[in-house]
Amino acid sequence: MSYRGMVADIVSFKGFHGDTGEAYYARPAGKGPFPGVVLIHHMPGWDDWSMEATRKLAHHGFAAIAPHLYFRHGPGTPDDLAAKARAAGGASDAEVVGDVKGAMEFLRAQPEGNGKVGVIGFCSGGRHTFLAACQLEGVNAAVNCWGGNVVVDDAAQLSPLRPVAPIDLTEGLKAPLLGLFGNDDKNPSPEHVNKLEAKLKSLGKNYEFHRYDGAGHGFFAAERTNYRVEQANDGWQKTYAFFHKHLG
Amino acid sequence: MCSYITEKTAIYGSAKGADGWSSVSSAQVYFDHPYHAALDHALSIDFMTADATRKIAVEMSAESARALVASILAALESGEEAHG
Repeated sequence: MSYRGMVADIVSFKGFHGDTGEAYYARPAGKGPFPGVVLIHHMPGWDDWSMEATRKLAHHGFAAIAPHLYFRHGPGTPDDLAAKARAAGGASDAEVVGDVKGAMEFLRAQPEGNGKVGVIGFCSGGRHTFLAACQLEGVNAAVNCWGGNVVVDDAAQLSPLRPVAPIDLTEGLKAPLLGLFGNDDKNPSPEHVNKLEAKLKSLGKNYEFHRYDGAGHGFFAAERTNYRVEQANDGWQKTYAFFHKHLG
Repeated sequence: MCSYITEKTAIYGSAKGADGWSSVSSAQVYFDHPYHAALDHALSIDFMTADATRKIAVEMSAESARALVASILAALESGEEAHG
């Protein structure tokens, strides 16, 4: 089912440490109740594609919010704030998870929400999705789209900003997890996905992985050369079905 | 995958953006998903002012970046020779 009418706007939310940030919020027109989804953007920032994906979720019946993870560096355009964040080493895991928690609270406070909230993220946002689902209470479903560095090959990659390999937090995962991956991706490589799947399986977690041949990294991005139309369409359909099943 | 690997270098010079000229004191260079270029990954350079504000941003293909490096080195070599 799709919803043709939509309301989309910039809203305020309370993030990590109670900081007030801005977010893009799109939901179907009408009273609801609509399931909620937090969308986590990738490292280059709160870009047009992230907002387009947020609207896409609204079109398919979700009240979706995309927090601007670099708002603390503002004011400025999203891409300039991404550059500032990069200069500072990137947002810390604690900060991002705290902002996702705040965005979830925003959704649960809206009269049109049904009280259920899922999380989805792409690339570094896929990694953040996995972290949030392992560390936060109240995540009802999680979709990790090609999150790299969930498996950390070299401990030297860990830092004060990103101190723990997400795979080591798998025990805390309570939400059902959908994972979408391209078999030509280098990070996460098929071997990384195998390691994560083995961990999930050994701990008896509820997960569903789909691995696409002929696709690499970021294959949903229609404006990029890595876009793969058939795999992207299938991935989106699986995402809607997964969220409707667990958040409906 | 989004990369946190960023090469930073101090520079002395100026850059012109939409608001005119100003001094820039550093450049951060990284190979990651671009914001604008229609590439999966791009070599990106941010020329930053002393207060870490980005003055100029460029994103280009890896091939373009290598050609640019060669051009910079060639220009330096011929220019320094010409100017003694």
